[in-house]
Amino acid sequence: MDILNALVAILNFVVIPAASYGAQLALGALGVTLIYGILRFSNFAHGDTMAFGAALVILITWGLQAIGISLGPLPTALIALPFGIALTAIFILGTDRVVYRFYRSKRSAPIILVMASVGVMFIMNGLTRLIIGVDEIRFDDGARFLISVQQFRAWTGLTEGLSLRVSQALTLVVTALTCWALFRFLNRSRAGKAMRAYSDNEDLALLSGIDPERVVRLTWIIATALAVTAGTLYGLDKSFKVFNYFQILLPIFAAAIVGGLGNPLGAVAGGFIVAFSEVAVTYPWRKIATYLGFEPQGLLQLLSTEYKFAVSFVILIVVLLFRPTGLFRGKSV
Amino acid sequence: MSNTRQAEAVSPWRAPLLFLILAALFLAEGSFRNALFSGSWNTALAILNMGLISAVMALGVNMQWGYAGLFNAGVVGFLALGGLAPVLVSTAPVQGAWAAGGPRVILALLVGLGTLALAAQVWKRLSGAWRVPALIAVLVAGFVLYRWLFDPAVMAIEANNSARAGNIGGLGWPVLLSWPVGALFAAVAAWGVGKVALGLRSDYLAIATLGIGEIIVAVMRNEEWLSRGVKNVSGIPRPVPYELDLQGNPDFVARAAEWGMSPAVASGIWVKLLYAGLFGAVLLALILLAELALKSPWGRMMRAIRDNETAAEAMGKDVTRRHLQIFVIGSAVIGLAGAMMVTLDGLLSPTSFNPLRYTFLIWVMVIVGGSGNNWGAALGAILIWFLWIKAEVWGPEFMRLVTGPMPDGALRSHLLGSAPHMRFIALGVVLLLMLRFAPRGLVPEK
Repeated sequence: MDILNALVAILNFVVIPAASYGAQLALGALGVTLIYGILRFSNFAHGDTMAFGAALVILITWGLQAIGISLGPLPTALIALPFGIALTAIFILGTDRVVYRFYRSKRSAPIILVMASVGVMFIMNGLTRLIIGVDEIRFDDGARFLISVQQFRAWTGLTEGLSLRVSQALTLVVTALTCWALFRFLNRSRAGKAMRAYSDNEDLALLSGIDPERVVRLTWIIATALAVTAGTLYGLDKSFKVFNYFQILLPIFAAAIVGGLGNPLGAVAGGFIVAFSEVAVTYPWRKIATYLGFEPQGLLQLLSTEYKFAVSFVILIVVLLFRPTGLFRGKSV
Repeated sequence: MSNTRQAEAVSPWRAPLLFLILAALFLAEGSFRNALFSGSWNTALAILNMGLISAVMALGVNMQWGYAGLFNAGVVGFLALGGLAPVLVSTAPVQGAWAAGGPRVILALLVGLGTLALAAQVWKRLSGAWRVPALIAVLVAGFVLYRWLFDPAVMAIEANNSARAGNIGGLGWPVLLSWPVGALFAAVAAWGVGKVALGLRSDYLAIATLGIGEIIVAVMRNEEWLSRGVKNVSGIPRPVPYELDLQGNPDFVARAAEWGMSPAVASGIWVKLLYAGLFGAVLLALILLAELALKSPWGRMMRAIRDNETAAEAMGKDVTRRHLQIFVIGSAVIGLAGAMMVTLDGLLSPTSFNPLRYTFLIWVMVIVGGSGNNWGAALGAILIWFLWIKAEVWGPEFMRLVTGPMPDGALRSHLLGSAPHMRFIALGVVLLLMLRFAPRGLVPEK
């Protein structure tokens, strides 16, 4: 029995990676859920918005590096992030003006808006490939580790090491700050209250003099800011590759639905639920079982890592079967 | 949506004219050799064959979207599942694979399915405090038993001659038999997804099918005992003769000489023509069946449901059930197309199933062709496929023309190098333009 080492191993291989992945999913799902709440459709272009924004951030980062600006131990991408958000938001507002507004004013069925978002997805995907290519890109500069395995071992004298990368810590801090700011905005500010009112009851909101176009613009800007932040953090953490952002769409949708589409708090919870289940199911538990005094035969891995998307799918199906409005009661069916 | 579907007077000559233009494009591809066209009949027919298969896929998507308004975002998954059928049905049996673990794998899969069924029963029959613990107990026990049966069997099969086989192999039956089997595979998967996701919000089906598509492709990539994963399954038998056999046949060589062609070119063209005949026959038969169905009372009911679900429900129609029915039928057609595609390629390459190419491109075909109209969907499929293939040549040509005045440098070479990605942008633009300005497509629904 070696409980301390087992705990450290769980922390190192399960809790920290799942927490930072969950934070990235939560940011993505927040964007999906906000768009769903206000514009009432599932935005298939969200993954590619993340990719597009992250690609712009990478380009700006390269520019900053070329003229010698850096943030010391923190990645330079943090300085580039606001610029990336601004540029992406301009593009997204453009798509709203050119594409979505027409269907909104016609009150088309949500599925038509979903189709239109597929068209936008194609364009953004192509643009991202055009400006940055399809190769894997690492753009995390600055210090790599906050705590490295050797340091941790030297401090504690345990055999099991623990590492905390700067990108992981940064993800958690940035997500916490963003969520705090977002919820404060939604609950306290006039504009945020207008958004919630519009989401709850469109007609009533119109009657009380809320400008719908303003609410919609605000929603796109906030959702884009969340998406670009999520995309950049995901890229810093795992490296940037266009196709990965298409694949992350499924866990993000799963997170948003688990939490209840249209419910921001639910989206955050959903992100962590999906991430923790994914990591817990695909992690080989053999090492931890050994520390706890068992002698397992196999790897004790429930599913191989290639099937991590199956986890979000199963969670999605279970929620759809038993509680279609999500754990936190999102919009009704 | 309903007001865009209202029948408007469309010239009856529109569809034949568009098909004529399409035919002219293929003739040009086959006979002219310049910057735009290849001038090779082999190329033209190769594009046509894949275009015909795309048309079958588009028919399936059109049944789901055009007849019922269901958004299937997992076309690639049903296609891949259909593509598995030729491997399992018609490739030669692998020596020793079945003995190594065949029955045990089947038993494991049955245990897996049985667990799910039992869990569903437990959930339905029990109530009160025992419901959740019993459900979890059934699932955990089932999963442990499944893995205990499954893992050693898979190891044994994959260890069997792993360099050349390592998979369960096929039955060695005729390949045409595998086409309906492919449809069946896809139909079963569609039934499972549809059972869960239909009857909820319309976007939920889109998200659930997106998920099942990803998972099916992941299974094909990773389950080497089934599909050899990244190692690909090649040598899938053909329903038509091989080029090399034709070239060795003196009668055929004499016939080719009569036409003034070398045996190599003539054999390629002949094989492709045979395929085109086969695929064309399947396509026409499907269109015929679909048109008959659409004109029957059943078809009228489907359209009534699509145009106004509430009214149809008030008339006593079981909307969810009809949706499930059409979703399964449409997916079966997609599975059939998958089996046809793998037969044409003679190769199952699980890594090539890309959702952008096999889900969303098919969607663009249907929207461009005319959702709700089978001829329109077929036309859109062949046209978009032709343009998709030719854009590979035309894109860089166009880019060279546009960037001509620019000085040679990093930007120009970057733009020239990334010209192939322009296809995605062009596709998105086409989709958006059609949705906005001609939502009924090139050949609108009657």
